[in-house]
Amino acid sequence: MNKPIRRVSIFCLVLILALMVRTNWVQGVQAEAWATNKNNKRQVYDRYAHPRGNIIVDGKPVTQSDFVNGLRYKYKRSWVDGAMYAPVTGYSSQSFGASQLEQLEDGILSGSDDRLFFRNTLDMLTGEPKKGGDVVTTINSKAQKAAFDGLGNKKGAVVALDPRTGAILALVSTPSYDPGAFAGSESGDSKAWVDLNADPNKPMLNRALRETYPPGSTFKLVTAAAAFENGVFQSVDDQTQTPKPYILPGTKTELRNESDNEPCENATVKVAMDWSCNTVYGKIGTELGKEKMRAQAEKFGFNSTVDTPVRSEKSVFPTNSTPDGVALDSIGQHDTRATPLQMAMVSAAIANNGSLMQPYLVDQERSASLTTISKHTEKQYSQAMSPETAQKLQDLMVSVVDNGTGKNAKIPGLTVGGKTGTAQHGEDNAGLPFAWFTSYAKTPDGQSVAVAVVVEDGSNNRDGISGGRLAAPIAKAVMQAALGK
Amino acid sequence: MSPQGAPNRRNTELAMLAFAVLLPVLAYANVGLAMDDSLPAGMLGYGLGMGALALVAHLLMRRFAPYADPLMLPIATLLNGLGVVMIWRLDKAGKLLHNNYPAAANQLMWSGLGVAFFIFVMIFLKDHRVLQRYTYISMAAALVLLAAPAFFPARKEDFGAKIWIRMGAFSIQPGEFAKIILTVFFAGYLMVKRDALALASRRFMGLYLPRGRDLGPIIVIWLLSLLILIFENDLGSSFLYFGLFVVMLYVATERTSWIVFGLLMSVGGAVAVASTASHVKTRIDAWLDPMAAFTPKPPQGSTEQIGQSLMALGSGGVTGSGLGQGRSWLIDFAAKSDFILGSFGEELGLTGIMAIFMLYALLVQRGLRTAIAARDPFGKLFAVGLSSAMALQVFVVAGGVTGLIPLTGMTMPFLAQGGSSVVANWALIAILLKISDSARRPGVEPAPATELQGGAAS
Repeated sequence: MNKPIRRVSIFCLVLILALMVRTNWVQGVQAEAWATNKNNKRQVYDRYAHPRGNIIVDGKPVTQSDFVNGLRYKYKRSWVDGAMYAPVTGYSSQSFGASQLEQLEDGILSGSDDRLFFRNTLDMLTGEPKKGGDVVTTINSKAQKAAFDGLGNKKGAVVALDPRTGAILALVSTPSYDPGAFAGSESGDSKAWVDLNADPNKPMLNRALRETYPPGSTFKLVTAAAAFENGVFQSVDDQTQTPKPYILPGTKTELRNESDNEPCENATVKVAMDWSCNTVYGKIGTELGKEKMRAQAEKFGFNSTVDTPVRSEKSVFPTNSTPDGVALDSIGQHDTRATPLQMAMVSAAIANNGSLMQPYLVDQERSASLTTISKHTEKQYSQAMSPETAQKLQDLMVSVVDNGTGKNAKIPGLTVGGKTGTAQHGEDNAGLPFAWFTSYAKTPDGQSVAVAVVVEDGSNNRDGISGGRLAAPIAKAVMQAALGK
Repeated sequence: MSPQGAPNRRNTELAMLAFAVLLPVLAYANVGLAMDDSLPAGMLGYGLGMGALALVAHLLMRRFAPYADPLMLPIATLLNGLGVVMIWRLDKAGKLLHNNYPAAANQLMWSGLGVAFFIFVMIFLKDHRVLQRYTYISMAAALVLLAAPAFFPARKEDFGAKIWIRMGAFSIQPGEFAKIILTVFFAGYLMVKRDALALASRRFMGLYLPRGRDLGPIIVIWLLSLLILIFENDLGSSFLYFGLFVVMLYVATERTSWIVFGLLMSVGGAVAVASTASHVKTRIDAWLDPMAAFTPKPPQGSTEQIGQSLMALGSGGVTGSGLGQGRSWLIDFAAKSDFILGSFGEELGLTGIMAIFMLYALLVQRGLRTAIAARDPFGKLFAVGLSSAMALQVFVVAGGVTGLIPLTGMTMPFLAQGGSSVVANWALIAILLKISDSARRPGVEPAPATELQGGAAS
């Protein structure tokens, strides 16, 4: 009987061998795929198994990692002034994933980034507990607070940039939400998440980066830049030879101004900007044509997304409008749409003598032991216009604040330039208008800030809504805070 | 190799036994340090308790089975010890997650009972050949044990399988004991019939066809295994009993044709059952697509467990997360029983699993080595049966957990939580050791029982 027993013995070894081969396949060859499978909860548990790094504003963390010592999750994320900073940080939830910086910088924050490998290995050998690295933002806490308080319970957004570097100094969207409300995995977190998603006011929408609005009259800055760049005018005091009213080309439709009393007929470029004449800038746009207008708009960043690193929605200058449409596009109505970030970029380029800097939100990434892992280097996004054109536009914007619709933004001791906008929207312009203000301010010693503010449905009374009345005071407060005045 | 004059190797066994006790104690300390940053309070008691059990078993072996194989007791002790540590570790996680009762204390108690059973067999089974007398009683007992669970209701969490007898809080899994008792019957029956089966047959197309009256019992066993499958939803057991029978038949008759018949019949049966019984189809579907249960609309009767087990294994990778540092509790309630190998795979990695497979391979090979060395055909058949039953069970369970074959829901010998399993496997080891003792004992007379029955001594 020994021969068959030997064969059975070989058979049993083959069985075990098959198991070994299979396990090698699963745990060796396929291991990575199983470990990172989307249904493998270990990944999200790992993210909260160690203290998460922090997002830093003005040297102070606006996030915290709280030791909750659950079996599944050891740590839970919480925020300081969560609602105010949510458009900057995004959320990081045990149950609902992460967004914005919390998501994009997850490698650094959770400590799993390859650049932290050496540090982590060292910590493992020395018995140091693992901890994620920090993300240092460019946000100025005072400007952020001024913007957040300025918007108050109104719906809207504010973006402030440093024109010289592109650093984002404020990024606010209201109504906002507290990311801490659903950071955990309890039933309360789940309820908060469901409620926020169902809220008709869309508190989780980042209006500063992800919502596009008709920019209204603030877009006239782009039209003016195109006119100077293309040599249509030489000086801000050139006559524009505009009839009143202006008939849209190819139609019998009259393009009107806000009020018939405005001195828009044959106004100079400057007077037309002060009074925000639709007839003048509509005509300029038509005469330049859609290609030249589009080219100028794209130099400011229209028709592209911008990674700050949080990706902004594309602002749009349409490419297929009829000539009468181009007139309306050129005064920021019709199919033109812009994010608040985009309009801040327009002001910033003008204030920085035509050079548009790439907007950025993250200044540094560093390890838990404060070693810098990466630092942002300033980059030019484009030369949006010549320095001469920029100087002319600065004159126009300063004049708007000194003599025109932007008086509410005037700050003693500072050079302030701005442009108002009251953008109609909705079917037959039935919605309440959006109030816009885009501006910049400079100190005598050369510091500067550019701000764009949009307020949606800011008043129940249609006549109460204008960029100068609703948005300019907010921009003023943000500029003062940013420049420490 | 002649068994005569084999060195008795008891000191080797003692040294390895010390290692087999020390390793789980260190693993226990490791889990405590990883999960609580302190040495577990029960560590000393656990170590002393396990050490004492192992020592008593060893001392009794010196007295009652001095020439037995030196490897089997340490391997069983090591597997049992590691199993208890892993169950304890999963208890700690489960306390916070599920309402799982703490199973480690129970498992420890059952392990104690298992060793007691081991000792009982050591002392009172003077000669394994006496079991031969109970051939037909064994068959009846095995049939009763196998059939019994069909009359008890299945619980939802048993995944459709009806393999338990429950009386209040107390439950046994009779299949584990039936495994041994059935082997007694097979060995006894085949030893008597082997000549008839091997020689009285007609040649047909190169195969030896057996006579109908000899074929009868095989058909009966085949049908029985199908019935178990149908009424108790127990794929694993039916595979195990049928495989066991084919292997023993082959060894007894030395005829390959039996294997061909066995395979043909099992394939036929499997196809017939798979196309009629829905739960078999469910398991095959779950095996083909383990992640189907995670889709928004999981197919009916699907389970996350196989997918969870594969993700646990994958996350463990080559080196594992370290004891106490994995998240094996994601596999849910079966983590301590059917899927304990997944827990080991995650925390000890590929390295640990390979070591565990090596331990089983060694255990099985020592058992088969015993079969070769055994001097009586009953002992040979009995040892082959017990060893290959162990190998088949390990293959079926581990194959299911790692996704090699469809899941069948048996327990990993010694490692997994389960009283019946631990006690039965300790008894199995005790019998193998007894056979091995008599095989290696120098200068033993040929067994009188064999001659009395008139069977051919090999």
